[in-house]
Amino acid sequence: MSDSTSNIISTILSGLGTTVYATVGGIALTIALSFIAGLAMLSRSRTVRFISRIYVEGFRGTSEVVQLFWIFFVLPALVGFKLVPLFAGIIVLGLNHGAYGAEIVRGAVQSVPRAQREGALALSFSPAQRMFRVILPQAVVEMLPSFNNLFIQLMKSTALLYFISAGEITEKGELLRPVYGSQLVLIYGVELVCYLLIALVITFGMRLLERVLARRLGREVPKRQSAWARAGANA
Amino acid sequence: MEWSWEYFWDSVPLLLEGLLVTVELTVLGSLLAYVLGLVFALVRRARIPVVSQLMYLFIELVRSTPLLIQVFVIFYLLWPALDIRPSAFLTGVIALGIHYGTYTAEVYRAGIEAIPKGQWEAATALSIPRSRVWTGIILPQAVPRVTPALGNYMISMFKETPLLISIGIFEVLNQAKEQGAETFQVLEPYTLAGILFLLISFPSSILVRRLERRVGQL
Repeated sequence: MSDSTSNIISTILSGLGTTVYATVGGIALTIALSFIAGLAMLSRSRTVRFISRIYVEGFRGTSEVVQLFWIFFVLPALVGFKLVPLFAGIIVLGLNHGAYGAEIVRGAVQSVPRAQREGALALSFSPAQRMFRVILPQAVVEMLPSFNNLFIQLMKSTALLYFISAGEITEKGELLRPVYGSQLVLIYGVELVCYLLIALVITFGMRLLERVLARRLGREVPKRQSAWARAGANA
Repeated sequence: MEWSWEYFWDSVPLLLEGLLVTVELTVLGSLLAYVLGLVFALVRRARIPVVSQLMYLFIELVRSTPLLIQVFVIFYLLWPALDIRPSAFLTGVIALGIHYGTYTAEVYRAGIEAIPKGQWEAATALSIPRSRVWTGIILPQAVPRVTPALGNYMISMFKETPLLISIGIFEVLNQAKEQGAETFQVLEPYTLAGILFLLISFPSSILVRRLERRVGQL
């Protein structure tokens, strides 16, 4: 391997950590916000429903790049301190995809058969027990394929952190471009392979979770499928 | 930072100009994506040895990697390799069209697969030529059913166009950036950019939802 080749590969891989942190952090925030906003949209209180609606429509209606610019460039002027790029990125990725995830949670909870709710009521479960012991365990299994989709979207969106110089893969590649103009195929090739691999890991993990949860619920365990085919069915 | 309404309203004309470019990109990109998606779906379905498999691989590769990198690949790698120099705008339309074409391909596929087998069998029994079966029977039934899904992709494309800022297209966010760079005040133009997106995509998604309900009654 020539010097420039190994230099290109090692430079791009040095951004892999940031891309992975942004993905993992974004996913964690997405899950938290999805459940909070999704359950809030089903709340009995009109005000709670209204506030969560505003969050969901606000973040789904505006562009993710605009949100990133707003949080990174405007917020410092408003609050007086600048966010670390990676941190700002995680917040935007989480807020944006959390708004989409909220609809997934709402839809899945609503799709749990009424009889399950009635059964839990008949057994005089408390509202919290009904939600956490009966409704959610079933709803979560329904959510997994959609969340797999969403997480892959989120992973792809980490490339946008290039705009705030967070030092992830895409930015590393763009820094190399002026220097190694004749090796663009290698630069973009390595980048694309990195993203593909992360997408496969996400899909593999979600698939595993789906099988584990389905088994615990005593449902039919989904067919084993290659992660690649599965990623294709979702992405 | 103080919010200035005067500055806010001053920014409106420039940002509207940028919004027009955003809308143009979205409309042209969507049209390309709708056509390419159908082509991708038909090629995949055709089961031509090697070609169909390559199509499948291409679709998966494009769908699971970031649009931003695809824009860079087309702009910095593909055009020089082909020795042509299309404008940034055209590059944007093509990148959006190909990226979303791989999504719409799956939409068409689902729509085509939803047509009952009996329709195919009847067409075969009546010995209608293959091409007429597609244009006269299958597609006229499949396409209306997938229209809401296609509409949804147009809305997501609309919200993704700002990343074309990276190759210097003056769409709405870039105009906001320019405005901010001139005055060192970014609060108003960036907020305005967000509002403009909301003003278009929120009503659009309500329209698509209504369309979905109507198609559901088909």
